[in-house]
Amino acid sequence: MIAATRTFLVPFMRRPVAAAGLGILVLMIVTAILAPVLAPYDPSKIDPISRLLPPNAAHWFGTDQFGRDILSRVIYGARLALLIGVGVVSFALITGVPAGVLSALFPRFGRVMMRLIDVLMSFPALLLALGLIVILGRGVSNAILAIGVVYLTTTSRITYGLTLRLRTETYVEAANSMGAGAFWTIRKHVLPNLVSPLLVQASFVFAFAQLSAASLDFLGLGAPPEIPSWGNMLAEGRIFITRAPWLLFFPGFAIAITAFSLNLVGDALRDRLDPRFRDMLRK
Amino acid sequence: MGSYALHRTGAAIATLAAASVIIFFFIHLIPGDPIHVLLGDTATPDQVDALRAKLGLDQPIILQYFRWLANVARGDFGTSIFFQMPVLKVIGDGAETSILLATITMIWITIIGVPVGVIAAMRHGSWLDQGLSGVAMLFASIPTFWVGLYLILIFAAWLGWLPSSGYPSIFEQGGLANLRYLLLPSLALAAPNAALILRLTRASMLDVAREDYIRTARAKGIRPMRVILRHILRNALLAVVSAFGFTFAALISEAVVTETVFALPGIGQLVVQSILRRDYPVIQGIILVTVVLYLAVNLLVDLSYRLLDPRVELQ
Amino acid sequence: MLRVSDLSISIGSPDNYIDIVSSVSFEIGRGEILGLVGESGCGKSMTSLAVMGLLAKGGPWVRTGRAELSGFDVIHAEPYERVEAGHGGIAMIFQEPMSSLNPVMTIGEQIEEAINVHQRVTGSRQNLTARDYLEMVRIADAAMQINAYPHQLSGGMRQRVMIAIALACQPQVLIADEPTTALDVTVQAQILSLLRELCDTLGLSILFITHDLGVVAQLVDRVAVMYAGRVVETAAVDRVFDAAAHPYTAALMSCLPDPAHRVRRLVTIPGQAAKPGQITKGCAFAPRCAYAVDICREDPLPYAMLADNHRALCLFPRGVVR
Repeated sequence: MIAATRTFLVPFMRRPVAAAGLGILVLMIVTAILAPVLAPYDPSKIDPISRLLPPNAAHWFGTDQFGRDILSRVIYGARLALLIGVGVVSFALITGVPAGVLSALFPRFGRVMMRLIDVLMSFPALLLALGLIVILGRGVSNAILAIGVVYLTTTSRITYGLTLRLRTETYVEAANSMGAGAFWTIRKHVLPNLVSPLLVQASFVFAFAQLSAASLDFLGLGAPPEIPSWGNMLAEGRIFITRAPWLLFFPGFAIAITAFSLNLVGDALRDRLDPRFRDMLRK
Repeated sequence: MGSYALHRTGAAIATLAAASVIIFFFIHLIPGDPIHVLLGDTATPDQVDALRAKLGLDQPIILQYFRWLANVARGDFGTSIFFQMPVLKVIGDGAETSILLATITMIWITIIGVPVGVIAAMRHGSWLDQGLSGVAMLFASIPTFWVGLYLILIFAAWLGWLPSSGYPSIFEQGGLANLRYLLLPSLALAAPNAALILRLTRASMLDVAREDYIRTARAKGIRPMRVILRHILRNALLAVVSAFGFTFAALISEAVVTETVFALPGIGQLVVQSILRRDYPVIQGIILVTVVLYLAVNLLVDLSYRLLDPRVELQ
Repeated sequence: MLRVSDLSISIGSPDNYIDIVSSVSFEIGRGEILGLVGESGCGKSMTSLAVMGLLAKGGPWVRTGRAELSGFDVIHAEPYERVEAGHGGIAMIFQEPMSSLNPVMTIGEQIEEAINVHQRVTGSRQNLTARDYLEMVRIADAAMQINAYPHQLSGGMRQRVMIAIALACQPQVLIADEPTTALDVTVQAQILSLLRELCDTLGLSILFITHDLGVVAQLVDRVAVMYAGRVVETAAVDRVFDAAAHPYTAALMSCLPDPAHRVRRLVTIPGQAAKPGQITKGCAFAPRCAYAVDICREDPLPYAMLADNHRALCLFPRGVVR
């Protein structure tokens, strides 16, 4: 475990910018967990007297049109961001990885499966998610599901490609020629080699999930309005852009810095990958 | 060439056929009776009966699908519940805005992403390169609508240089000058995509620069600029051209949000409003149209790639 | 024609460097083929890239030395600088014909590009076309092949095209970096005889880099043997095979299987080849040399001048002292 952690940290030693990205992510996770402790106010407490205040000593990030403290809402927003990210990544990996691995090992199944993925990929990502939202209805778990389906396609495609490449490796062929069964091959040779590339993919999916979820929230089709998500804050604050520009600055900045950090981390991890896998994970 | 084009077109049509099944079932997956999903709650019994007969809702589902497909092939996408107009007409009204927005954005992406990517690659490892790559990654991480909102604040509200929202057709009063309404939206939409094209151009320039044939070109005594433009860029662009396919898909997605921010009367805003209005036939129509468009663009990219890369012929 | 003297190539910074090629000197006369021979990693390719001006920025760099082409030093010039200064006379072909041609340009375009560059500089109109060059390298139906793309040609054909491009640069010296290593044996023989022919008919000088002693015996006039970044022996080709003076050369020759005397096992040189820069003091071959004594490990190490332009970097050249 310690050795694995150390290996994970190696790419960040020499890249201060990527290390900063990792630091911001850790900060975001800590913020999400400790939100009730860190937030100076109740994020939903309405205070009609202090509406649309610019940043000041009492409210560092200012207040919104209901007098709610923006700093507290941004802190609580980290919770939803983390939930969305973890949810989408888990869904994409849990469905996409088996689909990709099995498709590569069983060509007949793979032909059907990959055609299906092709078909799903012919829908522009946000429209696919919107279509699913229409069927499923609005809500946090439905947003996760809808965005998850979008990244299920790319994840299974990448896993498929990686597994196909692994299958032609000499040692896997050697194992097969000695009579190793398909599942033994998967467990011993395929899955361990998929971990690093999929970690890279996971960080990119996490990043894009933030942007997709923010878009859904912004369109009023994501998390319910009472939840203080960064996207909802932008949607609600939109009409006050000229009167209170700070209203939109902090939640938008939170989305951008999270996605940016994840992209930095993903890039740093990818550059450490085996070159044979690297070009498959190019965005 | 002919058989390659035929093969690719066949594959695209097969994908479209499979996608059409999903799109057809979309209506059936929405909770509620499909008739009411298609006509809305205010439909008269006459309308219900007419549609039931037209789609044959008492028939087996396979037959219903083929009837629907036949209607779609004739251009009959059904009727909008909200507008009480043919769906295709409703979509057509938004087409001008969306097509112009996409075209202008594509121009931005190309004239910003490719040259800046080339410059970054030429100065590989320098501060300029690191700065440009960093900025590109930042732009790829910023929500488009956030960029859009601040563009409105700065250029429309504070400076007053450009209109903040809406778009009157170029065929109406104002003519081509109306394109200024699309300047801010197209810039907001271009930002993340130009950033991706920049990074891709830079990366594939650097990949190609390491190829043996670039050494051959240099050994001939060609000037560095010509080596870069004639040999490196020409090969690097192959990867960039193939990326324009998925850039277009990303564009469609992000246009939905951008049109909403700038209140542009395009297809993107239409889909969002139709979702809020529960105008399902319009949503279904828009999804179908974008899938067709996306497959057509990818087919074009594929075929033009074939013209650019002589090696594809053999594969 | 081409005289390389005291060429050292280093990695690291100017203050803290390691020589991976040190004090390499050789010369090639008009119409002569010099074989630069050595194991992989001995610095022979690096030497040729440096002479050509093709060392990549940020990589190994030329620390000292000259490469004189008809009296002008070209060592610090990139090819285009050299060409534009009027010293275009060196061209090069590479080991990998499969990847050395631009995949999106026809071979005609790639040859014409070279013709144009050198024509612009010399100012004189060349009356040779791309097609003439293709015929010169014995490509059948050149008029057809001129519009072919590299992927449509076989490896041997591509290497011929590479030679055609090189000839279009109107060189006095052709550097050939293991041009036949990637090819089948029969094709290899054809390319070698083509090079010999060009050498004889055009008076072309060739620096032929190889690790293949069979090719050396077949093609070259003189040999420079490299070991760990140094030229350890220079001699006419028959002297190298019959009267090698440096123990490394001698050991290399004894590794060649001799069909006339079938021996039980193949001879090998004990130990591992020193990496360039690994041994900085004395003779780099000393650790593996059967004849080495203490002073072999001490500087300075002089060249022993032997008969007929034959020299060896050894204190005890074989057949002379012992």
